[in-house]
Amino acid sequence: MQDGTRNAGNLWSGLALAALAIYIMVEALQWEYATPEGPGPGFFPLWYGIAMLALSAVLVVSELRRRSDRGAAIEWSPLGRALSTWLALAVSVALFKPLGFLVSFALLTYFIVAVMYRRPLKIAALVAAASAAGFFLVFRLALDVALPVGVLGF
Amino acid sequence: MEVISGFADGLAIALQPANLFWCFLGVVLGTFVGIMPGLGPPATIAMLLPLTFAMNPASAMIMLAGIYYGAKYGGSTTAILLNVPGESASVVTCLDGYQMARKGRAGAALGIAAIASFVAGTVGVLGLMLVAPPLAKFALAFSSPEYFALMALGLAMVVLLAGSSMLKALLATLVGLWIAGVGTDLFSATSRFTFGRMELLSGIDFIVVAIGIFALGEVLANMETREQAQALPSPKGLRNLLPTLRDLKDCRFAFLNGSVIGFVVGVLPGAGSTIASFLSYGVEKAVSRRRDEFGTGVPEGVAAPEGANNAETGGALVPLLTLGIPGSGTTAILLAALVLWGFKPGPLFIPENPALFWGLVASMYIGNVMLLVLNLPLVPVFAQVLRLPAYVLFPLILGVSMVGVYSVSGSLFDLGLLLGFGLLGYVMRKLDYPSAPLILGLVLGGAMERALRQSLMMSEGSLSIFAARPMPAVMLSLAVLILLVPLFGKFNAWRLRALEQKGG
Repeated sequence: MQDGTRNAGNLWSGLALAALAIYIMVEALQWEYATPEGPGPGFFPLWYGIAMLALSAVLVVSELRRRSDRGAAIEWSPLGRALSTWLALAVSVALFKPLGFLVSFALLTYFIVAVMYRRPLKIAALVAAASAAGFFLVFRLALDVALPVGVLGF
Repeated sequence: MEVISGFADGLAIALQPANLFWCFLGVVLGTFVGIMPGLGPPATIAMLLPLTFAMNPASAMIMLAGIYYGAKYGGSTTAILLNVPGESASVVTCLDGYQMARKGRAGAALGIAAIASFVAGTVGVLGLMLVAPPLAKFALAFSSPEYFALMALGLAMVVLLAGSSMLKALLATLVGLWIAGVGTDLFSATSRFTFGRMELLSGIDFIVVAIGIFALGEVLANMETREQAQALPSPKGLRNLLPTLRDLKDCRFAFLNGSVIGFVVGVLPGAGSTIASFLSYGVEKAVSRRRDEFGTGVPEGVAAPEGANNAETGGALVPLLTLGIPGSGTTAILLAALVLWGFKPGPLFIPENPALFWGLVASMYIGNVMLLVLNLPLVPVFAQVLRLPAYVLFPLILGVSMVGVYSVSGSLFDLGLLLGFGLLGYVMRKLDYPSAPLILGLVLGGAMERALRQSLMMSEGSLSIFAARPMPAVMLSLAVLILLVPLFGKFNAWRLRALEQKGG
């Protein structure tokens, strides 16, 4: 974990959590705080929203005060690898409707093996096909688990 | 007598062929998971949980618990052969285990780890069997204020030891409470935080969050690099795995020390097996006649922590099953599993479900024997798992995660949420936000809000109910004290030292 990533991350995550806390409080204020029977639906969220706002403010302020001694720069390469994988996963999920699980998953596996791990294309194709076949055999046939089906019917 | 007859009934259940099979599958899977760096028991249990819905709950619980304690056995293999702990609880095993392996005594180190795990794991189950029923009886007197205070204390303990920044741990807990609040309020039928989406009216499924944060988050963090660690050669043949009589004699106190410390620490929420293993290593070193040799490859340095992290499992199940309070991410998932199967862990869990409780306890004895038998001769086979390329393993985890979530709801919307929580899990790892408090906040959030509101209904809105009753007053005072720890230099220094050890 690089200090630069963490310093910037602390600040931005603190701001994001403060925004979430404000959203929680605004929503909670629209619900009843107390009813004749006792606390209403807005009671608990309002209090943890206030706590979240206070704590995130402490995080942001302490980070701003410390920013003069920030550490090394953000390392983009590992971040890029992780986010590329996440993006590939997101594309794979988006393709479930047209292509179905098996084809989308095979494409995702192919991408990870060939692009992220730079293995030969033949190996990537083999791993992708074997993984998809394995999932079909184990989950669809053996365990009777429903998998997303595409327009091609599988 | 009650304990003996309960255990006898449990044995009859655990020895059924189907349950023996699930127990075996659980411990084997657990061992693989423990060996595999980058894949932990919470991720595995979360991924497999949806697939257990069609199973008999007793069998499913036996299997999931097998994964939980089996991983503790497996974790030592990578610690000894790779100097990379498969589990955070095995961090301290690296100190002497890897040194023993470098001196050509990998077999003895692996053997001692397996024997210590067996002895302490068995003692831990014995403790669970003896402590859980009376604690459950005592907890029958608990009402909403006691439960609220107990959950607040549990969360405070987890926050105390979850990460170097208590501020971040607290924020993670609050995010967990917020996620738990998404959906329809059961008291007033008000829909909360649903963003106008019908899919969110029934709340966010725990499985989506757990798989996203643990499994996807772990895979994304591991994808940052392409390299895989290289293992020392694993010893072949049972004879090479058996420690000498001298080793066993040297370790006799370590077995006892690990068993007792592991169990006691396990009962405390938040501390977990990592703290247990460091604590027992510290005690072992302090009382040893050759304390200067610790870290150079002494067998006691393997036996004490490996024993402690296994005994902790039995201890951790005590508050989970008797009070419904989990103390870690993994036990939080086990709690969610029980709830999803229709059980209510708490004081009535054992009297209402004796077959499940005693079946689980008996299966843990059997599972420990299976693990000893498996681990001694089959370590070289298990070590082959380390050869499985990351480019095969990670797509498989992603695939099982997606199938797991889709199998619960059949909803592509949930898969979208899974992506979001996966990214959140990764960001949390990058920015050192601990995930256990978030998961605990999520699991306990609903019950905590319910207990708080019921308490205030009982007192007609007055918070004095928490001060007027002795147990909530004590527990809430303790929780407040714990949260104030960072303000006291000496205690905070102790906390940071404990965390430094926990993080290796």
